[in-house]
Amino acid sequence: MDIDLITNILYAMVRTGTPLLLVALGELVCEKSGVLNLGQEGMLLMGAVVGFVAALLSGSLMLGFLLAIIAGVTMSLLFGVIALGFNANQVATGLALTIFGTGLSAFIGTEFVGKPINGLDPYALPLLSDIPLIGKMLFAQDLVVYLSFGLFAAVYWFFRSSRPGLVVKAVGENPHAANAIGLPVMRTRYLAVMFGGAMAGLAGGYLSIAYTPLWVENMSAGRGWIALALVVFASWKVERVLLGAWLFGLASILHLVFQGLGFSISSNLLAILPYAATILVLVLLSRNQVRARLLAPMSLGKSFHASS
Amino acid sequence: MKRRQFNKLLTGIAAGIGLGAAMFGGQALAEEPLKVGFVYVGPIGDHGWSYQHDQGRLALEEHFGDKVKTTYVENVPEGADAERVIRNLAQSGHELIFTTSFGFMNPTVKVAKQYPKVKFEHATGYKLSKNLATYIGKTYEGRYVAGYVASQMTKSNKIGYIASFPIPEVIRDINAVQLALNKYNPEAELKIIWVNSWFDPGKEADAANAMMDQGVDVILQHTDSPAAMQAAERRGKYAVGQASDMSGFGPNAHLLSVIDDWGPHYIAETQKVMDGSWESTPMVEGMAEGAIVIPSFNDAIPADVVAKAEELIAGIKDGSVQPFAGPIKNQAGELKVAEGEVLGWDELEKMNWYVEGVNGELPK
Repeated sequence: MDIDLITNILYAMVRTGTPLLLVALGELVCEKSGVLNLGQEGMLLMGAVVGFVAALLSGSLMLGFLLAIIAGVTMSLLFGVIALGFNANQVATGLALTIFGTGLSAFIGTEFVGKPINGLDPYALPLLSDIPLIGKMLFAQDLVVYLSFGLFAAVYWFFRSSRPGLVVKAVGENPHAANAIGLPVMRTRYLAVMFGGAMAGLAGGYLSIAYTPLWVENMSAGRGWIALALVVFASWKVERVLLGAWLFGLASILHLVFQGLGFSISSNLLAILPYAATILVLVLLSRNQVRARLLAPMSLGKSFHASS
Repeated sequence: MKRRQFNKLLTGIAAGIGLGAAMFGGQALAEEPLKVGFVYVGPIGDHGWSYQHDQGRLALEEHFGDKVKTTYVENVPEGADAERVIRNLAQSGHELIFTTSFGFMNPTVKVAKQYPKVKFEHATGYKLSKNLATYIGKTYEGRYVAGYVASQMTKSNKIGYIASFPIPEVIRDINAVQLALNKYNPEAELKIIWVNSWFDPGKEADAANAMMDQGVDVILQHTDSPAAMQAAERRGKYAVGQASDMSGFGPNAHLLSVIDDWGPHYIAETQKVMDGSWESTPMVEGMAEGAIVIPSFNDAIPADVVAKAEELIAGIKDGSVQPFAGPIKNQAGELKVAEGEVLGWDELEKMNWYVEGVNGELPK
């Protein structure tokens, strides 16, 4: 393998990992607050269709991204009202949201299938993008990828050294205790859910405006679910989410690259690598019951009512 | 042909409800048009396989006007649900029912037995009965022409092929392209990438980019989304569209599209049912029948190449050009088809070997 090829693989790895990173970061914040939202796939698709339609009709890609984010937030609010407001089962509500989002996005998008737009082009930073190997990977991407770097850093800082980050964690670990010392449990959870929705919406917009600038039904092809697995894979640690997203990206690129190079490795085998890795991590985590419980937010998926 | 999409089961149920509503609407009509039913495995918005079948249905409606009434059910999962959907159509007075995915074969056979008066046609399958016929398009004919054009348009002599699943239909088409390369540009190398999906725009774009990183400058595909076409357009390379016309996604990149045009078949078969001349036969239709079409060529293709491509199409139509004419060797160099012989449909139907020149092993 020559150096150009490796440079290109690293570049593609980050591009492919970006939608996963965005969704997983959003879901991580959401789960840290104790809310499990399985509706990622539905929010992703809604972000994709709304972003695409807005970009197509207005001609403005930025407006497309903005409306994609709003679509994601709207969907997450729907989840919030049902799962938090009415205390419905979070798993069931999340699944319903995915089904609803898949169907609604197909309905909205019917008229727009097969319409091309000029997608978001990469913007290479001068000088920096000429660094061998990692220059193209880090500095020749499009704006959303750069934004994902920034969002990663922000979430990392949020949980590491900010007071609101501590509040989110406290609410996720023990909402009753948090409530007792006067922390706004419900407001925190709503905000976390909305952040998750915004990130999924942005990721959807990235898919339909930058990554493959087109709309077709079900175009997310399960990426929302992979991102959910990623959060577990990362054992709820921000830096591991980044690592995991790029690793998943790399794994899904590598099996294509190897085939092109003519290596006789089963493509099926390579394709299952990310999923096999997730199962492995789950097994390793659950080997030690105490550690496993320490990693996951204690009240994840449990509903909360101040009077109970 | 197996087409699966995520969450299809759930959307399928929703489609079933929609069907119920559609049937009530149908019974209200007093005059009695011939009712024709269609069962699709994907959404009609896939801009690929199911979309093309629906275009065929629309052509049927346009041709017959008030004399037919069509019903379609999309997103039908391959399995028990399919049987229920097909039975619903048969029960509600549809006289001709097309089931358009390989996985609908057994459900169609079962329902056909229960409704002997209803005519069934199943796409891409091989089981027949008194009132069940099969039909399939010879896409390899179009693929052979695409292979010829690719062989002339490549500068790097590296041609990419994005493949879905190693089933006979896909293998057959890869072989047709390789045979065209062997004949018209033996220097050209075919790089095949299996993406194990019919439809995943992201993955198809990734595969296209991985190929272009390795020097490929013409991309063919046997997957359904136009993502590879877009990727080629962005990087100034060429691509060949699949199943439906993809020129809109890459005005410069788009060399040609090999299109399944089901309209003529649906019109002809409906006419036969009206005349009472319908028979259960396995129908294999290609360019001669108008089932496989190449609507346009990119202006960037030199005139002599277009002329030769047109000549190939004319030859395929009148039978003077046979993509699978001998001598054909397999990868090991063993002679599989002797000089002067042509590989018949019964062999092509279950093709599971690569012809000489294809790199890499066939995935098991």
